[in-house]
Amino acid sequence: MSRLNIVARLKKAKRFTILTHVIAWAVSLIWIIPFLGVVMASIRPLPEILNGWWNFEAFNPTLRGFFEAWNHPTAPLSRALLNSLIVTIPSTFIPILVAALGAYSFARFKFPTRDFLFLTIVLLQTIPQQMAIIPIFNIMINLGLWNNYIGLILVHSAFALPWQILFLRNFFSVLPVEVEEAARIDGASYFKIFYKIVLPLTLPALASLTALQFVWVWNDFFFAIILISSPELKLATQAVPVIKGRLFIDWNVLSAASIIVMIIPIAIYVALQRYYVKGIAAGAVKG
Amino acid sequence: MKGEPTIMSPRQITTPLLFLTPALLLLTIFVLFPVANTIYISLLNQEGEFVGLDNYAEVFGRRDFWNPQNLMEGKSPPYGASIHNGIWILIHLPLSVFFGLLLAVLLREVKGGAIIKSAVFLGMVIPMIVGGILLRFIYDKEAGILNGLLRVVGLGHLARTWTAFPQTILLALILGSVWIWTGFCMIVYSAGLEGIPVDLFEAAKIDGASRWRIFWRITVPMLRPATIVVVTMTLLWELKIFDIVWVIQRGGPGGASNVMALDMFLDAFFSIPPNFGTASAIATILTIMTFGFAAYMVNRMVKS
Repeated sequence: MSRLNIVARLKKAKRFTILTHVIAWAVSLIWIIPFLGVVMASIRPLPEILNGWWNFEAFNPTLRGFFEAWNHPTAPLSRALLNSLIVTIPSTFIPILVAALGAYSFARFKFPTRDFLFLTIVLLQTIPQQMAIIPIFNIMINLGLWNNYIGLILVHSAFALPWQILFLRNFFSVLPVEVEEAARIDGASYFKIFYKIVLPLTLPALASLTALQFVWVWNDFFFAIILISSPELKLATQAVPVIKGRLFIDWNVLSAASIIVMIIPIAIYVALQRYYVKGIAAGAVKG
Repeated sequence: MKGEPTIMSPRQITTPLLFLTPALLLLTIFVLFPVANTIYISLLNQEGEFVGLDNYAEVFGRRDFWNPQNLMEGKSPPYGASIHNGIWILIHLPLSVFFGLLLAVLLREVKGGAIIKSAVFLGMVIPMIVGGILLRFIYDKEAGILNGLLRVVGLGHLARTWTAFPQTILLALILGSVWIWTGFCMIVYSAGLEGIPVDLFEAAKIDGASRWRIFWRITVPMLRPATIVVVTMTLLWELKIFDIVWVIQRGGPGGASNVMALDMFLDAFFSIPPNFGTASAIATILTIMTFGFAAYMVNRMVKS
């Protein structure tokens, strides 16, 4: 290759680098602007928002929106946020424990119908919530668990099991089995082996499950709107449409409410980002 | 599944069952039984009598669900919930896959790429209900930035609340949902790119292959498993779309943004008396379509 040719190629490569940066930043801007808008709207009075949150002829920041969303007359977020936490925390940890037990059984024990059972559970992953919700609604009415957090927590737990069992079984399968065998020879019970030896080794996988499941339950709207109906029991995602209203929208209050409701899953994501992304990339799926 | 590590002799069954019991109980009561029961309910009428496939026939006879006339005559929506889901797939799938792949490939070589990736992925982290609010805000007549942009470029006369009209709401929501979902495609493709051996690219570069050629001859074929995951997950998401449609217009105006999951929900829980039979039929149709796509994915994965 002649010298001239190399120079031309380098120039071309440089132009290409600039082009990729311009495209990447332009496309990314589209993804970032809506968040910027909702943050601006949450701290500016309504007349300024209606004039465009990107206009700064007048700029009088206010926390009124946050205050009113927090103390909203029909859907106070102070209450709804607490309700969401009460549902989300057990709905995160119960299925993880149950799934870990089940996945361990699939990974380490041989028993009749094992492969059939495992395949069935994996298939259940793709069942849409819509396919089960009417009988679930009837069951909850009959058990007196409708409009009751226990019912909602049970449903969230059950729907989390298929993807969590698959995820954890794959994780257990590649753990070395020798330590467990040695413990067995020393006379440890299977359950003791499970929580003394296996669970500590599983922490990275459990972090992925916690991050994903917490965010999914927190963000759920479909199960919540069908299974919870009293105003004082409503969850954060149910409060948002109430605060939006149907005719007139106060963008200041609604933006503040949106930020309060989404800040918690965002915080979880930021704190556990590596594990969160690992879970998604491993193909964690939910109905 | 032979040759796996095992710490137990094959004959014992109590311990494995004990470990599995809580999971099996929860799954049987709240997933397996309800699914079977939904199929059963879809074959009953309001009085609980067996009517065969009548509910399915009724669903397809409803303009809420199936209304191709408007589409044939070139009129604006409503076309019915099932056709809206179909349009959703036709527009949303290629755009999400395209942007996801574009961002995954570009952001690898861009300074600050990791930060941008996190920001794009936020759409997947926030509640869909809030995602719907953000879209409604973008499309608002006075406060929305889309109309602000139109005014800047001299198209101010077009400014309107894009989600308030049957002519525009469906397209507005579909394009908005691309914004919400692209982060997922991007993350899966990014993980896929990490898995391609660097030597492949370097060898191609030494051979003098152009970037374009490397992209089509190496990157795209090597990302095939990622593409299968992305396409299937995206299809399932499009079939089940609910929250954003509910929070913005509850399927309106005039059913112009109705989708199957919403149609089923309204039928079962917002009608007096509730139509559990037809709602179950819609849920079953939705699930059969979902399973079709899922089976396709599993099949492709096994083959490759």
